[in-house]
Amino acid sequence: MPYTLAPAAPEFLSKDQKPAGDRWTLNFGPQHPATHTTLRIVLELDGERVVRAIPHIGYLHSGFEKLGEHLNYNQYVTIVDRMDYSAPIYNELAWHGAVEKLMGIELTPRCKVLRTIAGELGRIQSHLLCVGAAGLDLGAFTAFLFGFNERERIYDIVEFMSGQRYHTSWTRVGGLNMDLPDEGTFKTMVKKFVDDQLPKALQEVETLLNKNRIFIERTRGVGVISAEEAASWSLTGPMARSAGIRRDIRKDEPYLCFQDNWDGQGAPAVDFKVPVMTTGDCYARYLCRLEEMKQSMHIIRQLIDKIPQGPVNVSPEGKEVLPPKDQVYSSIEGLIHHFEMIMTNRGFESPIGEVYNCIESANGELGYYIVSAGESTPWRVRTRPCIYINYAVFPKLIEGHLLSDVVAVLGSVNVIAAELDR
Amino acid sequence: MGKFIDPRRIGYIAGKSYNYDRMNDSDVIVLNEPRLSLGDQFYIPQVAIGLGTTLKHMFRVVMGNHRVVQYPEQTRDNIPVADGGMNARTYRGVHRLNKDEDGRVKCVACFMCSTACPAHCIHIEAEESPWPDREKYPRKFDIDELRCIYCGMCEEACPVDAIELTSTYDIVGLTRQEMIFDKSKLLEMYDRTQATEPM
Repeated sequence: MPYTLAPAAPEFLSKDQKPAGDRWTLNFGPQHPATHTTLRIVLELDGERVVRAIPHIGYLHSGFEKLGEHLNYNQYVTIVDRMDYSAPIYNELAWHGAVEKLMGIELTPRCKVLRTIAGELGRIQSHLLCVGAAGLDLGAFTAFLFGFNERERIYDIVEFMSGQRYHTSWTRVGGLNMDLPDEGTFKTMVKKFVDDQLPKALQEVETLLNKNRIFIERTRGVGVISAEEAASWSLTGPMARSAGIRRDIRKDEPYLCFQDNWDGQGAPAVDFKVPVMTTGDCYARYLCRLEEMKQSMHIIRQLIDKIPQGPVNVSPEGKEVLPPKDQVYSSIEGLIHHFEMIMTNRGFESPIGEVYNCIESANGELGYYIVSAGESTPWRVRTRPCIYINYAVFPKLIEGHLLSDVVAVLGSVNVIAAELDR
Repeated sequence: MGKFIDPRRIGYIAGKSYNYDRMNDSDVIVLNEPRLSLGDQFYIPQVAIGLGTTLKHMFRVVMGNHRVVQYPEQTRDNIPVADGGMNARTYRGVHRLNKDEDGRVKCVACFMCSTACPAHCIHIEAEESPWPDREKYPRKFDIDELRCIYCGMCEEACPVDAIELTSTYDIVGLTRQEMIFDKSKLLEMYDRTQATEPM
């Protein structure tokens, strides 16, 4: 199908650009290795310079949000897993954080610690992919492999605690799908990862990329956004912080172990620092992500020795979690409760109302908005997708840059098409 | 550019006032771009350092200090869990239907698993049981393994410990029909895995 574009407005042109005439249109994607997923961008080019970029989304549309109206509060966690699949655990924490806010559930300290550790592992998982892929798209293949090697170890840890390597479906309303099978092994794995394996790999990635002149010249000054623009485009996460906006949900609106007194006995919030830069280009985003991984390791090191004992789920008295299996097998009350939780005409008793809850995911503010009509399934679910909103600024970032910079900017924005389309 | 933004200014730009910046200076670590020395700018030393990193990895592989599982010949079963092996007790793979002591299917056809299934991949037809100790049993019990997302909610929902997920993940079929596991296939899966994964 022929594709035509209206001529670009004069204010989009740089000084040395010809105003009209020999423009040509290039279709970038939907199947392009650097788009990582099915993502299409129509580029209007003047020679090799991008005059205008029009992203076309919808190639991976799967009706995730609509499915939320048909699955109950527990079942929907299997769907949110598949949105930002660079770190599935984040979506679960955001979704069940919203459900627990709706139902007014206070988690047990053990669950909070485990969720925080898993969340930070997810942040590392996502940043390793993004940092590696940013290098990969510019031709630095080795750093990508070092990053992926460490992602494999995160899969191992996640598999051990949840039962599956990738789409974990790990959280449940008021708790987790299971307690740790063996706490000692879990601690050994995580400690080995954050104390030994990951620091070495990060060191190697830094050695390869941080002072690599080719990498720097491809990324520094490319895709620049100022703090004012970042705020008015409502960017979040590393994209905003690298532009100089001091915004991190973990500090601003703390949740889980990031708030003071999370265990009810006066435990202080975990200590970490938010990396901020002022340049706002692709190189700044890369450096911010590297530092965030180090801060995540710092958070995990604080928490891993402090996993409290006790139940991981809230008490089944509140009729929000399934009762333990031994109660189901041995007592009639447990059996009735178990059936009531699953039967379609019973299920959760949610209050009527609306709730919005957000967490700081690897790419920014990831939130869920639930409208509840008092049933066991939500009446409407809406995602506040961080990548979708970060990606909206992409045409602005790429204007006036070369065609080969498209992949550099795409890699630094970390576009995951499944979350764009939902 | 060049300095941190004043939150009041953001409020002005956005057209309404809100307090955006709630952080203290102690919460923030300001990063600077690494300074390139003259040697770095020449690029040649960086090439050497990069190649050195790659060579270090090559020697590590030659010395056997790496973790590669040669998959079809080797599996993760024999590796300790702490080194990245598989924990067969918790892994969520293909389902099985458990049998009781008399070799009968344990399932009582209560439809809990098919109700809890988010992918709607379990199809059960119940029938009056020929045994005196229960009322119903499944005449047909089909799981579409292609539709299944292996979330484990059927296992959580089962009130009699009849359906479980095993550590088997390598199932193949030439047709879609083959991948719809019926009751006999699921019971056979129990016979195959019960030695390594007791109920």
